[in-house]
Amino acid sequence: MATSEVEAELHDLFVRGQAGDAAAYHAFLRRLGAHLRAFLARRLFGWPDEVEDLVQECLLAMHNQRHTYQPEQPLTAWVHAIARYKMIDLLRAKAAREDLHEPLDDELPVFAASLEEAGDARRDLAGLLETLPDRHRLPIVHVKLEGRSVAETAQLTGMSESAVKVGIHRGLKALAAKLGKVAT
Amino acid sequence: MKTDDLVALLAAQAQPVPRQAARRTLALAMLAALPVSFALMLAGYGLRPGLAASLVQQPMALVKLLAPAAIAIAGFLAVERLARPGVPPRRAWLGVLLPVLLLWSLGLLAWAEAPAAERPELLWGRTWRTCALSISWMALPVFVASLLALRSLAPTRPALAGAAAGTLASGTGAAVYALHCPEMAAPFLAVWYVLGMALPVAAGAWLGPRLLRW
Repeated sequence: MATSEVEAELHDLFVRGQAGDAAAYHAFLRRLGAHLRAFLARRLFGWPDEVEDLVQECLLAMHNQRHTYQPEQPLTAWVHAIARYKMIDLLRAKAAREDLHEPLDDELPVFAASLEEAGDARRDLAGLLETLPDRHRLPIVHVKLEGRSVAETAQLTGMSESAVKVGIHRGLKALAAKLGKVAT
Repeated sequence: MKTDDLVALLAAQAQPVPRQAARRTLALAMLAALPVSFALMLAGYGLRPGLAASLVQQPMALVKLLAPAAIAIAGFLAVERLARPGVPPRRAWLGVLLPVLLLWSLGLLAWAEAPAAERPELLWGRTWRTCALSISWMALPVFVASLLALRSLAPTRPALAGAAAGTLASGTGAAVYALHCPEMAAPFLAVWYVLGMALPVAAGAWLGPRLLRW
């Protein structure tokens, strides 16, 4: 498919998602994830393990910052700017880390990664989720991972419905912040 | 967590998103910060006596107010664009450059036309020691507010975005300070006002990468 068609379709889905259409937003994120994976895999060929982590980090960042996208702007430019920003962040952190220790053995990288694992995220988002306070973690776990409604979750946790919504929102931001810290 | 799970989790948060979020956030920040800067000026310095008359009679009084105001507007546009990923600031920088060039040309002209004996007075005035720092002080509320606003947005070029926030703050700070400042000589403005406005820009460029990571 030509990039202009992808742009048009994704743009349409994203704009509908921004208006509150969850199905369109879901489709958008799924396709966006696939494009990000290809984009990042091509640029991070030296670190296949990092690709899926970075895809997730980009998706989370784009979700949290989706209010900075305006429909008249080319979507490609917005997505590219964020993906590039997150990738440079990662490379900078790696450079800083790898400056700290001497490469012990040049043959080491041969065994470092196997391709079957490339599809799995190395950094465990679920584990990070555990580190969030209950008021953020429980709404995410119940509403999302267990597929309950906001009202059910409110009953279950004794929180108000708006507290559940706020909890999810803040929790996702906190998760993004934690991802950033793990990367550096 | 698999990426598909994350996608499902995020998709469930598909509430409607506010339109023009960057512009609105910044405008609110300005609305909150400008009165503070104005209050700092009133409390610490006071309006210049004869201000209204001077704005009508003395062209330089008007230049002193409007050149910084133009810089502030250009700074606002630049910040608003740099707050959104993939949006280049484009010609906003012209709006910063042109008023500075205007101040410099007026300053050079006045300097060249003045007899040598009067030149030091035109350059140093009576308040050169405090001018630049006073402008930076007036700029501080807007500086803080615009950096806070940027933290809730998504600047992918933090140094540039910080500098733009500094520019916005400089322009408003200098315009507010101009309501007090008694100096009317173009060479004075060309040196001390520009220096006073450069300080917050430099501070913003330095702070940007440190404060605006996301």
